[in-house]
Amino acid sequence: MAYSFPEEVLEHVFSFIGSDRDRNAVSLVCKSWYEIERWCRRRVFVGNCYAVSPAAVVRRFPDVRSVELKGKPHFADFNLVPEGWGGYVSPWITTLARAYPWLEEIRLKRMVVTDESLELIARSFKNFKVLVLSSCEGFSTDGLAAVAANCRNLRELDLRESEVEDMSGHWLSHFPDSYTSLVSLNISCLGSEVSFSALERLVSRCPDLRSLRLNRTVPLDRLANLLRRAPQLAELGTGVYSAELRSDDFSNLVGALAGCRELRSLSGFWDVVPAYLPAVYPLCSGLTSLNLSYATIQSSELTKLISQCHSLQRLWVLDYIEDSGLEALAACCKDLRELRVFPSEPFNREGNVSLTEQGLVSVSEGCSKLQSVLYFCRQMSNAALLTIARNRPNMTRFRLCIIEPRCPDYITHEPLDTGFGAIVQHCKDLQRLSLSGLLTDRVFEYIGTYAKKLEMLSVAFAGDSDLGLHHVLSGCDSLRKLEIRDCPFGDKALLANAAKLETMRSLWMSSCSVSFGACKLLGQKMPRLNVEVIDERGHPDSRPESCPVEKLYIYRTVAGPRFDMPDFVWTMDEDSALRPS
Amino acid sequence: MGLEKAKESPEVDANPGSSLEEITELRLGLPGENRGKSGTKRGFSKTVDLDASAVGRDDEANNSPVGGARVKDEVSGAAKPPAAKTQAVGWPPVKAFRKSVMKSCKYVKVAVDGAPYLRKVDLEAYDSYQQLLAALEKLFSCFSICNYASERKIVDPANGAEFLPTYEDKDGDWMLVGDVPWKMFVESCKRLRFMKSSEATGLGPTTQSACTSSS
Repeated sequence: MAYSFPEEVLEHVFSFIGSDRDRNAVSLVCKSWYEIERWCRRRVFVGNCYAVSPAAVVRRFPDVRSVELKGKPHFADFNLVPEGWGGYVSPWITTLARAYPWLEEIRLKRMVVTDESLELIARSFKNFKVLVLSSCEGFSTDGLAAVAANCRNLRELDLRESEVEDMSGHWLSHFPDSYTSLVSLNISCLGSEVSFSALERLVSRCPDLRSLRLNRTVPLDRLANLLRRAPQLAELGTGVYSAELRSDDFSNLVGALAGCRELRSLSGFWDVVPAYLPAVYPLCSGLTSLNLSYATIQSSELTKLISQCHSLQRLWVLDYIEDSGLEALAACCKDLRELRVFPSEPFNREGNVSLTEQGLVSVSEGCSKLQSVLYFCRQMSNAALLTIARNRPNMTRFRLCIIEPRCPDYITHEPLDTGFGAIVQHCKDLQRLSLSGLLTDRVFEYIGTYAKKLEMLSVAFAGDSDLGLHHVLSGCDSLRKLEIRDCPFGDKALLANAAKLETMRSLWMSSCSVSFGACKLLGQKMPRLNVEVIDERGHPDSRPESCPVEKLYIYRTVAGPRFDMPDFVWTMDEDSALRPS
Repeated sequence: MGLEKAKESPEVDANPGSSLEEITELRLGLPGENRGKSGTKRGFSKTVDLDASAVGRDDEANNSPVGGARVKDEVSGAAKPPAAKTQAVGWPPVKAFRKSVMKSCKYVKVAVDGAPYLRKVDLEAYDSYQQLLAALEKLFSCFSICNYASERKIVDPANGAEFLPTYEDKDGDWMLVGDVPWKMFVESCKRLRFMKSSEATGLGPTTQSACTSSS
């Protein structure tokens, strides 16, 4: 065609387009754009590893440098997904190893990773740079040793929150002496000691090291040595922050910390002893991120620290901070964007700290940039939620967990429908919402009506009837992920909104009222959904069709049913016969 | 057939026989009508009975016998002993690794007679003697634990030598592992030693069989 751009020009233009959504849009313009785009896409994100087969990915995108995959549904974090459900990365690694010799980055979340896969990664990709294993499991330090030994260009090794079988700390010593390219290391989830001398030597010879998150076994008295070898650090996760430090050890630590002038992010602080906290005071004014969610210290100590952090943008902290500490936060940290308050004693019915809805209200008043909240507390009121909503219409992520299920407004004893209704009404850009407390179908009506930008919704112990689910599925235009537990939602709403499910990534429902018969029907009618029934009571045929299933996981896919399921998972499909593993 | 229309009118029920009216019948009254109280019927006291010793979920929401469903080991992260309060699984939604925040780390040295070096384990990471010994079996590949629950024997498969699990308690006394409830053991144990039974004088098979089962 005389009037089309040369490919090279288009390719050059496309190289400025990074976001997946934009890339996908580009590829839909016409066949030649599709072709050009697929050859120059370098990064692929698969939000559900079962939505597409690895073969299909490599067939479409022949030259990818970065792959990100997610496996288990989010509720797996809370033990709702039984062991063995799936999320195996092995078939992906095998395929990627064959197709992308120049692959540089692999990021996995909630997947089962084996040592064999790690060894294959270590062997297959000569220019491998980034390995992020977030909330993964199934591998041991032997696999890490293979990566350390073979990946000469490795920049980033991040094991955040993964469950690693700890054979020993010797794996770290497998980084050869010639290896100097480490930029980011996160081993905070590991249980066993790594060799401190190997760690020190590693840190010494890697001048580009910017992020170092140690594990709990690194004692405080070794920290100074490490920091002196890496004054360029921007992010530090300490090891255990307690010891019996002699005064010169302590001043050594103070000096070493002060020498790290680029430090912007601190975390770790296990078993923190308040007496040693002042060592970090000189850094406070520059800190933008502070994770104190393991620091079991009282409000006054926390407040002293936080009040000096005038540049703070992100704070993760235990509820020991109490309302008073949050008031100080509101007064001192005007740049705060994200706040997470975790429960120190989540399984005590009684509260142990003076943290109430008031703390969150204070922060919502004082911190005008606050947009992301995760807050565990024991009481809430509609009035407080309304205040928060009015204060912070710029809120984009709001996750509230009132610890007692079905807890009403503690002042009026009403459900919290209007409070959450205010949140969705005022916060027009809300992307993520987690509900808790006593809630009727009404809250879902509000959500369906107002939450037009909502992408992810988490619901527990809420609602009265199918109408609740129907409101959400029919009203939330941007919904991608919906996860529900212990709600009286059943067949009607699900079947009436079957088509909606193809516009979403996934739906999880556990301890609800969806019958086996409805699951079968859905599976029959919707070939591009995998409708997985998860039931540990045995084959669903052994119970009446009207019997609700334990758990249900529905996701859209172009890969068809999977074949790696354990014996308590069944995919409902077109044959209306069960497809056992 | 209903589903082809589903794109335009998602209310169409895939179930033949039901209609749009059915769904709108369920609709709440006009906005402003007070419905608030009806929700409180399902009071939380029924759902989460925190005084009951039975571990399980109350499925008032659906009428199926799901209460009998197997509850995973980490019931909301609470320790396995039934003395823990009844909790819904996975509630409150706190990730597993966070639950260990409140636990103090209890690392103790573990020595095995004849092994070239000692190891350390975090006793707080386990809920029972069985779990601890299984983990130690992995750490020290030189022995295997034969049916600890019944036989309570720890042997080196290479030469059949038997080991006795002992520990030093707060008072400095060397005790045989397994006599006291697990929690008490964690509290008082300072270090562990697997003693070759040939060296153990005054402790014989009779003492082993007198061990209480893991609590």
